[in-house]
Amino acid sequence: MATTEVYLNGKYTGDIENKEEFIAAIKSERFKEPFAGRLNIYYNEELNRVFVESSRGRATRPLIVVKNGIPLLTERHIKQLHKNELSWTDLVQQGIIEYLDTAEEETALVAFTEREITPDHTHLEISPLAMLGLISALVPYGNFTQSSRLSIGAKNQKQSIGLYTTNYHVRMDMDVNSLHTPQKPIVKTVMHDLADYDKHPAGQNIVVAVMNYKGYNMEDAIILNKGSIERGFGRSTYFRPAIAEELRYSGGLMDQICIPDKDIKGYKSEKDYKLLEGDGIVYPEAQVSEDNVVIGKTSPPRFLSSLDEYSLASNIRRESSMALKHGEQGVVDFVVITENEEGNKLVQVRIRDQRIPEVGDKFTSRHSQKGVIGFIFPESDLPFTSRGIVPDLIFSPHSVPSRMTISHLLELIGAKTGSLAGRHVNGTTFDSEPEEKLRKELLELGFRDDGTEIMYNGLTGERFHARIFVGNMYYLKLKHMVANKIHSRARGPIQLLTRQPTEGRAKEGGLRLGEMEKDTFVAHGASLLLKERFDSDKTAIPVCESCGLTAIQDALKDKRFCPVCGDSVEISDIEVSYAFKLILDEFKSLGIYPKLQLENKY
Amino acid sequence: MVHEQLKQYVEKIPNKLLEELEAHCPASKLKKAAEKLCEEYLNANIAPGEAVGLISAESIGEPGTQMTLNTFHFAGVAEMNVTMGLPRMVEILDARKSISTPTMEIFLKSPYNKGKDIRDVALQIKETSTSYFVKEFTINVTNLSIELNLDQEKIREVHTSVKTLAKALEKALVKEASIKLVEGDNIELKLKGKDEKSLNVLYKLKEKLKDIYVTGIKGIKQVLPVKRKDEFIIITAGSNLKKVLELEFVDTTRTVTNDIHEINSTLGIEAARQAIIDELLKVIEAQGLNVDLRHIMLVADTMCMGGSIKGITRYGVVSEKASVLARASFETPLRHLTNAALVGEIDYLDSVVENVMLNQPVPIGTGLPRVIAKK
Ligand SMILES: [Zn+2]
Repeated sequence: MATTEVYLNGKYTGDIENKEEFIAAIKSERFKEPFAGRLNIYYNEELNRVFVESSRGRATRPLIVVKNGIPLLTERHIKQLHKNELSWTDLVQQGIIEYLDTAEEETALVAFTEREITPDHTHLEISPLAMLGLISALVPYGNFTQSSRLSIGAKNQKQSIGLYTTNYHVRMDMDVNSLHTPQKPIVKTVMHDLADYDKHPAGQNIVVAVMNYKGYNMEDAIILNKGSIERGFGRSTYFRPAIAEELRYSGGLMDQICIPDKDIKGYKSEKDYKLLEGDGIVYPEAQVSEDNVVIGKTSPPRFLSSLDEYSLASNIRRESSMALKHGEQGVVDFVVITENEEGNKLVQVRIRDQRIPEVGDKFTSRHSQKGVIGFIFPESDLPFTSRGIVPDLIFSPHSVPSRMTISHLLELIGAKTGSLAGRHVNGTTFDSEPEEKLRKELLELGFRDDGTEIMYNGLTGERFHARIFVGNMYYLKLKHMVANKIHSRARGPIQLLTRQPTEGRAKEGGLRLGEMEKDTFVAHGASLLLKERFDSDKTAIPVCESCGLTAIQDALKDKRFCPVCGDSVEISDIEVSYAFKLILDEFKSLGIYPKLQLENKY
Repeated sequence: MVHEQLKQYVEKIPNKLLEELEAHCPASKLKKAAEKLCEEYLNANIAPGEAVGLISAESIGEPGTQMTLNTFHFAGVAEMNVTMGLPRMVEILDARKSISTPTMEIFLKSPYNKGKDIRDVALQIKETSTSYFVKEFTINVTNLSIELNLDQEKIREVHTSVKTLAKALEKALVKEASIKLVEGDNIELKLKGKDEKSLNVLYKLKEKLKDIYVTGIKGIKQVLPVKRKDEFIIITAGSNLKKVLELEFVDTTRTVTNDIHEINSTLGIEAARQAIIDELLKVIEAQGLNVDLRHIMLVADTMCMGGSIKGITRYGVVSEKASVLARASFETPLRHLTNAALVGEIDYLDSVVENVMLNQPVPIGTGLPRVIAKK
């Protein structure tokens, strides 16, 4: 009889003669100590090898063991579980529940529901919902939507603003948001209950109309009702702390948190320090805006040995205050003065900024139907139903067909029924309230069963020819807000080395006209426009006409001379980019002599 | 022989166009047609200062981003597996010496192109080695010999004989073994010289034996007769244009290979240029993309300009650039700069990249015209 090779955690360990017996033995013993359900076994027919895995970090999932067509988990167990006489660990240790890894899953036949079990089945799903992760299970009617959309929907929910913790007012978190009036969703899944979602909700139930209106919700944009915003929809607070520490340096020197003296190095302006109190820290509830110092701090000089620093009699400390960056604003919310592990004085100032939804803020439903606000209409200009309901949000119907998010449409019906009947609707994936039932209920409540309603144009009062699909939905505000991203620059700071504009919003930088953008100018033959675009670092440099090296201009003595040929040579100014001057210097450092031959342009 | 009315256009329009016009146009309308032709022809001209190179690069590069990385492409069951898509495009533009799937399309002269002896013809082209003919290798340990049990059917198939086979073996194994024909038209090999490790040597010899070239065209690993439209052609895996064109039943005017370097060495640089164009077009069209032919022609011209094929790489076309700064801005700047410094190269700043670096107007489009003063 042919033998089968056995691999333990990917390493060859030996041969066995009867693989069936071996596998059965492992399976019957593995839930006992010391394995405690962490052992997986997988037979590969092609290679004729048995793989036994016990290593950490494998993705495993629990399943109910089925033997001879009968699941091992019985009613008795469930009763015991309810009475707390039995725990999950007990079930695993008794071999009723097994954790399968991805490889062993290949050899298992898992029944979806108890009904479909045949003698061939080896396992049973605890619940079909257990196939999903925690966040994916929060998407209602998930079995009506593409799996990839489900994953995106889960990802969107992770970015939503909600009540991330209940003690946020005494915490010093970096870059966090908190929604003002969060609600629990009308259409819930079992996971919402299991995860105590109502203790930290992350969205609001609003009325959504699926229609186009004035073209402001093209390409996934959404239209918002100004009245809803004023009533508090999507309002959140953004928290950002400023942190300063009194660091200790060698030689007994240390930082000092105080209002900086006027004669220190890098003193800003008196105006910037005006909000500081005597201890150098801003007072709570102060309105702060860009460049305002919130924690005043001075530091000792950087290079102690530097001679000229000694020679200066005056204060040589330098300014190192924490100030608000470009474009930031808010109110000082909370100030903490404490000591850190090293015993240094630590000051933390939390700045709060209320964020009211504005054009460009991002919202999403739970079905990966995200969009940014395209326009905020006054409530009076929005369409209304024959019952006088004005939608809070208008969602474009073009977002649905290509993405096939049927769950989005089902939630709309479900939440509409739920809100009218005054109850929660169960939208658990694979185990939701059926559409027919919801439709029937909606009809009984006096609405059309397909969720459509007659609507009137809010601007003209005319009736729309088509009936509009209106209902309730749970909408989430995502943490990407324009206030954190908006950026423009006409002039501003430049880099010291290259004299080109700085990069990035935080440094008030310019927007780069890159290699490929350059190509578009060249392709159009717009030669002079191209030159103008790249003018940001242009300089005039003096060049010695006899040796072709950059000459020196001494502005103090109003003299120009060549470092090689002296001052009796012709020196001319040429206009080039500063980057070119820099590369000439780099050539020289390489030992290359970059000789410029000047010619008259005209 | 140009018509009287067309005389004035001789300098302006290529002769070939004029001849065509003369042949197709009635004499009464000749003048008007020529006028229109001249206008159209001048319109089709590219204006001085147009950035043709850059536009070509972008026009080929942009569809390239849409290309799927799908390397393999089977058009039907009976086709060969040929590298297509982006990898093939890179291969052509880099002017790789050895391509991943060399293939030929061999057209045949009548009557073979109608299917006469097509299998026979195909087998004659295919490179065959010993293992194809051998049914069984028998190793005789006692007298250190190998006996080859030959398949006579297969030998006849490719129009060869046991003698040719023996000769081929003898030629390849002069030092190792002596060849003897044995009864039943089989071959026996006997190891020359005896030493301790001879059994081991015998095994090695057996392995070597399998790959000894016997007949057919070297490099043609597989042949596949295919009916295309009304005629039979032979598609091959592996390429050897020179040897294939020497075969008398091959239609030398239409037979092609996808190995551009091979075309260059057998048919010359103009053929290679055309091959680059054809191959690039083939790749682009297979992906359902559309690139103007003239962009591809410009690329092919650039690659073949120096009389040999140069890839669009730092060793090829880029190394030919006149400007040091332009070369340095592409790849390996230090090497280009130091080498240029060694010979005292001068950069005249008459191309685009250098002038962008210096923040000067680029000599293209509006940056090209200058004012010349009358003296
Ligand atoms: Zn000089």
